[in-house]
Amino acid sequence: MTTRIAVVSAGLSVPSSSRLLADQLSSATAAALRSAGHPVEVDMIELRPLAHGLADHLLTGFPSGELAEALLRVRQADALIVVTPVFAASYSGLFKTFFDVLETGALEGTPVLLAATAGTARHSLVLEHALRPLFAHLKAVPVPTAVFAASEDFGATSDGRLAARVERAAHELVSLLAGPVLRGQVGGAERHGRPESGQVVRRGALPAPDEEFGDPTPFEDLLAGR
Amino acid sequence: MQLGIFSVGDVTQDPTTGRTPSEHERIRNTVAIAKKAEEVGLDVVALGQHHNPPFAASSPTTTMAYIAAQTERIILSTATTLITTTDPVRIAEDYAQLQHLADGRVDLMLGRGNTGPVYPWFGKDIRDGIPLAIENYALLRRLWREEVVNWEGKHRTPLQGFTATPRPLDGVPPFVWHGSIRSPEIAEQAAYYGDGFFANHIFWPSSHTRQMVNLYRRRFEHYGHGTADQAIVGLGGQVFMRANSQDAVNEFRPYFDNAPVYGHGPSLEEFTQQTPLTVGSPQQVIERTLGFREYVGDYQRQLFLVDHAGLPLKTVLEQLDLLGEHVVPALRKEFAALRPDHVPTAPTHASLVDADRETATEGAAR
Repeated sequence: MTTRIAVVSAGLSVPSSSRLLADQLSSATAAALRSAGHPVEVDMIELRPLAHGLADHLLTGFPSGELAEALLRVRQADALIVVTPVFAASYSGLFKTFFDVLETGALEGTPVLLAATAGTARHSLVLEHALRPLFAHLKAVPVPTAVFAASEDFGATSDGRLAARVERAAHELVSLLAGPVLRGQVGGAERHGRPESGQVVRRGALPAPDEEFGDPTPFEDLLAGR
Repeated sequence: MQLGIFSVGDVTQDPTTGRTPSEHERIRNTVAIAKKAEEVGLDVVALGQHHNPPFAASSPTTTMAYIAAQTERIILSTATTLITTTDPVRIAEDYAQLQHLADGRVDLMLGRGNTGPVYPWFGKDIRDGIPLAIENYALLRRLWREEVVNWEGKHRTPLQGFTATPRPLDGVPPFVWHGSIRSPEIAEQAAYYGDGFFANHIFWPSSHTRQMVNLYRRRFEHYGHGTADQAIVGLGGQVFMRANSQDAVNEFRPYFDNAPVYGHGPSLEEFTQQTPLTVGSPQQVIERTLGFREYVGDYQRQLFLVDHAGLPLKTVLEQLDLLGEHVVPALRKEFAALRPDHVPTAPTHASLVDADRETATEGAAR
């Protein structure tokens, strides 16, 4: 079964170093999955074109058009790679807003690779102090290695350590996936709802929003406070 | 098809003049709007219940009784009666009292309310929203239907040998609609009892409303109240009209851009596409409203929001004129022509009394 990796990049400039890092991380992850014999589909989601939609969602309470699609794609992904620029000692507001409007529980149990970019390496602990707690709150499963890239890491004089960190993080993400998810034992539907016992479920099997009310709690149960 | 208006009762500054009406003005305006709604031939006027500024609508039955005294025909309803934070004993009594005063021209729509602090102000917890709605309504039904009630629950002091007074008019409780934007439990509740389900509809995309209504219809049938297409559905709608549609857009835009609920967000054009909001000519409103039927099926009640976002009274009354003169007659005719015979119209006090007598006669015959 094809593994779906959603990549969320909050870089603002075009091209952005966040997007560059996102590309490196997704290529490394895809390569590692393919070499292990798993077909993979990478879905790049840039937040810049969704900025208006995100502000509108905050004000209206519902996602429209492209934002609704992006949220659905993240919800249905088997794993997530997230990259934010560092703004004022933390993730950017745009990055945070995307995860603010993602519905509760959407990332429960989802493996996530955390990454950030900044002009200087002095901000690197943003990954540990801001992103990791955020994804812990969302009940996602961040891999141990988070990848930080300062501008100098993209330089010609780079000693290759960024590439090594990218590789290591990508392999950590794949090994998380290669555990339960690729064996079909843990998946989105199980994390969200009521799996049949022994049934092979995965994130891609989540109900489309069109069928989200397909299985109501019977009123007798509600009356009995169950 | 019942056609009417619903109001939240907000006191909002007119963004074009900077003027904010006083609470007194807003309350008097609500009465004027309701009287005008009857005058132009609307079927229903529904009022909100709120316990915090900027609303001036904490006591709907007081206002409804006052309106009932000055009208002859229009049905008085709510949008919504807070089933979570209002003692169900008071709801049972207040609305039965109102039934008597209004000669049965009363129904109500129950809602939970989504303002967090209101719950503790009334000794409740918003996290209990759904359980409160379920337990309180179960009690409310018994208070209206059983002379003497012994009751014990989680959210209210127990009742022993309690009789809610006055008893409902003709022994028939007011019809109940359950309003919800996104809680499937409320659609389930409405279906379970065979009550009406009202989808507020106006701030959300139609795909969402379609799913909620479908859930309610499916479960209505499941609980044996009839076929899915016989379930009792109401929808909200939001319109602003002028004879010339570009005039409507130009005049409404500053109100839209500054509206308390969605202002400063999407453009008027975007929001019109994404939600049922219709700004244009009466003909556009007629066509758009008839289109609702395509995704919720034949339904029984359509309420429009026309008096919010700081629109001045004069403008609101003009909107009612346009509704009464052009929109309502056309919609009434079209909806009636489209509705199959086996799909019921919205229950009224008279129809509920008839149904009640039939049941009693059948019972006696057996």
